[in-house]
This record gives sequence, structure tokens and C-alpha cells, in this order.
Amino acid sequence: MLKDITLGQYFPIDSVLHRLDPRFKIIFTMLFIIMLFAGNSVWTLVLSAVFVLMAQFLSKIPLKMSWRSIRPLLPVLVFTAILNLLLIDSGEVVWEWQFLHIYEGGITTSIFMIARIVLLMVGSSLLTYTTSPILLTDAIEALLSPLKRIRFPVHEMAMMMSIALRFIPTLLEETDKIISAQKARGAALDSGGIRERVRALLPILVPLFVSAFRRAEELATAMECRCYRGGEGRTRLRQLKAGVGDHIGLGVCLVFLGASICVNFLKL
Amino acid sequence: MAILTTEGLTYIYSAGTPFETAAVDHVDLQIGEDLMVGVIGHTGSGKSTLMQHFNGLLQPTEGKVSLEGKDIWADKKMLREVRFRVGLVFQYPEYQLFEETVFQDIAFGPKNMGLSGNEIQRRVLWAADSLGLDRELLGRSPFALSGGQKRRAAIAGVMAMLPKVLILDEPCAGLDPKGRLQMLRQIRDYQKQTKSTVLLVSHSMEDVAEYTEKLLVMDRGRLFCYEDTAAVFRKVEALQEMGLRIPQIASLMLALRQRGCDLPEDIYTVPQAKDALVQLLRKGAVSC
Ligand SMILES: Nc1ncnc2c1ncn2[C@@H]1O[C@H](COP(=O)(O)OP(=O)(O)OP(=O)(O)O)[C@@H](O)[C@H]1O
Ligand SMILES: [Mg+2]
Repeated sequence: MLKDITLGQYFPIDSVLHRLDPRFKIIFTMLFIIMLFAGNSVWTLVLSAVFVLMAQFLSKIPLKMSWRSIRPLLPVLVFTAILNLLLIDSGEVVWEWQFLHIYEGGITTSIFMIARIVLLMVGSSLLTYTTSPILLTDAIEALLSPLKRIRFPVHEMAMMMSIALRFIPTLLEETDKIISAQKARGAALDSGGIRERVRALLPILVPLFVSAFRRAEELATAMECRCYRGGEGRTRLRQLKAGVGDHIGLGVCLVFLGASICVNFLKL
Repeated sequence: MAILTTEGLTYIYSAGTPFETAAVDHVDLQIGEDLMVGVIGHTGSGKSTLMQHFNGLLQPTEGKVSLEGKDIWADKKMLREVRFRVGLVFQYPEYQLFEETVFQDIAFGPKNMGLSGNEIQRRVLWAADSLGLDRELLGRSPFALSGGQKRRAAIAGVMAMLPKVLILDEPCAGLDPKGRLQMLRQIRDYQKQTKSTVLLVSHSMEDVAEYTEKLLVMDRGRLFCYEDTAAVFRKVEALQEMGLRIPQIASLMLALRQRGCDLPEDIYTVPQAKDALVQLLRKGAVSC
């Protein structure tokens, strides 16, 4: 079923990381990414790994969930690792067979690449696992608010994002229903050539669009009835407030980032 | 002979996750031909889920569904054939209209069956007439119809396939009282005319009391019973326990009987009640 696709992947439990200010969590994630790519030393990876493990522990997210965020990338990872192994020719030859040569440089590059991407995925998915989509858009709006000066419609963008997030499950459910209904009338969805297949999609796409527009119109009317007119002078139900924990977190992040940059300069 | 049979039919949503629910739980059924069957049950009792097994939209987690004695999942290529013989109209079917004209939309099913142009035309007109859709509406866009007309167009689209079994999931939800009555009469006339089996899922005890011969009662995923309508409405307490009730007129009759009125059992529609009460008054025995 379509509904089994996990989109908003928020994992609703209570943990230190869940309670942090979402704005800070976004900043932490950015600092973490800088840290991860700041240098080429092994110590960078070790520091990043320690950082991710710490966050993972604090978030109480089961390791299974993190595995789920890496799994879809596995084929790509394996493929690029193999390419790296075979194509990079720096350092000593480690292994050869007929025309295949594997060099030291290839091995280290592959390992670095895999480790980086895995850490990146696990670390950044912790952000979406521990922050509800609504809080996340609130935080993005807050962080981007300086752009209002140059007339960038920050509030409108954030509102559009929240609405889209809210309606994804609804529309998926609706698609499921429409597919079933047309199948019941004998619609052949999975046979024939390209032309027939595209034509076969019409009975699903037309009702889906019609209902999406109807929902959009209803929502717009409902918003207008409640006197919604954009972000101007609008106060919030959920105020984002930074606490002690957030500042401690920021401190920890900066220390790790500093250490990561230092080890690079010291060429350890 | 039974047209639809299920054996130990079980369906579990989201199997293997914490949200696992057995929506249909070991249901054994035999539904005969040329029948009007009401399907009742509290919200979430698994009616819609069960119905979607009869035309192979859902595959049983466990158990078997057979149409005319043949397991419908035995040969997956035959599933499409099964869907032509068991028509299913979902709740709020008006949201599945998509063609340019109402005529084309009703013709969608028959066209998929590979019928000839003449036959399609004949069936579309017949289905539209059976549901009281004005012929001049057939040339219009389905999106320019009223809600009730859309509903009729959508149901006509399934009726035009002339299935052996027609399943209607709450066809009257959200219609006005007059439209509701019309719709039920048209469904009954359709059943009489085609001698097919019609399964009518409904939350209205009054409707099923008046229009169906048998009742299929679901209770939390299990089949509570599949019996004659009159027999089901005798189980007053059991129904109440499931969050259902007997038709209002039947409660009234029950109350009168308990007060000592000499009324026959098995009265659950207004016309029956009227006759019985008139008889009672004629006898002059109004002591209760
Ligand atoms: N797509 C789905 N995913 C997960 N669970 C579902 C899904 N559809 C139904 N269920 C669950 O299965 C059970 C039976 O649902 P079903 O829709 O068959 O009930 P119903 O008898 O048709 O109810 P209603 O009278 O409200 O239409 C319910 O507990 C419901 O929560
Ligand atoms: Mg239902």
C-alpha cells in the first residue's frame, strides 16, 4: 500500500534531543556537517562518529530506525565504493588480478566516503526523527526571518511547507482509495504499452487532482473565514524558546567543531 | 447454490507492526444467489474490509474466498474477470468520476469488459434509467452535476457492468430523505430485475429492515451472524451489546408487547406495524 511509505519520519517519543529548541537542532546539524567535511584526517571521522553516537544515545531513537535511513542508499554506496576502488590509482598496489588493480589510495578513499555518508545520513536523520514536521517548519521560518528584510516571503514559504506536509498522508490515502475504485471497474493499470499505460493513469490522476483542488479551495476558504492574512503581526501558539540545554548543546558542538578543525591543522 | 463463499477469511492491517489490527477475523460465510443482503455492524467492525475481499481488491492474510465455488486467488489472471462479476461501489463513489461526459464515465466499466459499442450504449442507457438519471445529463461533464446526481452516475457505472454480485458500501450516506428512499427503491428494483445478489452496507436499521431479506452482522472483525432479517432483529440484547439497535418501530412494538398488547412478533417495518395496529384496533382490544 502507498501509505506504508514513511514520509514525515518523526518518531514521537520523549528524550533530551526531542525537547531541544528546533532552531538549535538545525544549527547543530549544520555545524555537524561542517565538522564532518572539515578535514581529511581519520580523527575527523572519529570525532564525528563520537558526536553522532552521543546524539543517538540522547535521542533514544532505536538503532533500527537509523538503519532504515541508510538502507535505501546502500546500493549507491556499494556502487561508488567499487568504482573508487577500481579507478583511483595512488599509493601502492595492494591486490591485482588480470586488468584489475586496487591501490592503497582507492581503499582509503572508499572507506572515508562510506563512513562520511553513513555518518551524514544517521546524524541528519536524527533531526527529522526528533523534531515534528510542524516544529521544523516553524524553526526554518525563524531562522530565515532575516530574509524578510529583502522582501523574501519567509512566512508564506513556511506556511506552504506545513500545509504540504499536513496533506501528504491525506492525499496518499485518497490515491489508494481511487486506485481501488477504478480497479473495481476493471481498470488495467499494469499492462499494455507506454501509451496505454499513460492513458490508464487518467482515471486515477483526474479524480486525484479534482479532489486536491477541492481540498485546497476548502482550506483557503476556511483560512479566510478565520481572517488569516499572512504573517504580518501574527503571534504564535508555540513560542520557540532557547533553554540552558540548547546553549550547552551549542557549546558541545562548537568544541567538537573546533577539535575537528585543530586536528586537521596539526596533521595528525 | 452459494455464489460467494469464505472459509476462515482473515485480514490483518499493518501486519508485523505495533499498529497490527485483525480487521476481519476467521469469517466463514455462504451467500446465496438472487438475494438482497444487508451488512451491518458498528463503526470499525470490518464491513468495508470484508467487502473488498469479495472482488479481490484485498488478498486474505489467511483463508479463502470463492466465487461460484472457485477460489478467486487460484489464478491471478482471472482477478479482472472476478471484478466484472462482483461489482463494488465504494463509500462516496462520486469522487472517482473522471471522464469528459457522464455517458463516457458510466461506459468505463463496460468498455473495460470489451463489450461492443451497441451493447455499451444499451447498458449505459439502461443503468442511467434504472437510477433515474435524466438522459440529457449524460452529455454533461460529471463535474457539473449535483452531489446526488454524481452519486447516481458513479453507481450506474458499476451497475452497467451487470455483475452477478453488486456490493454497495453505504450508498445513501449524505443523501436527503427523499433521495435516499428513491435510491433504495431503485437498488431493490435493480436486484429484482437482474436476479443478482446485492450486498447493501448500511448504518440504518430502518433501511435494511425494509429492503433486505438477510442480514450479515459484523462485530469487531468477527461474523456475529448471517441470518434472515427477522431472525436477526429478534436478538435485541445481543445487538445492543454490539452498539447496534433494532429499528425504532420494532422497539415500539416490543414495548407495546411488554405492556401486554396482543401483537405478533417479527414486526420491524412501518407498513407491517401499521397493519398489525389497525387489526388490533379493529378487534377493539386497546387495553395497553
Ligand atoms: N487502510 C487501513 N490501514 C490500517 N487499518 C485499517 C485500514 N482500514 C481500516 N482499518 C482498520 O480496520 C478495522 C475495520 O475497518 P473497516 O473500514 O473495515 O470498518 P467498517 O466496518 O467499514 O467501518 P465503518 O462503518 O466506519 O465504515 C478498523 O479497526 C480500522 O481502524
Ligand atoms: Mg466502511
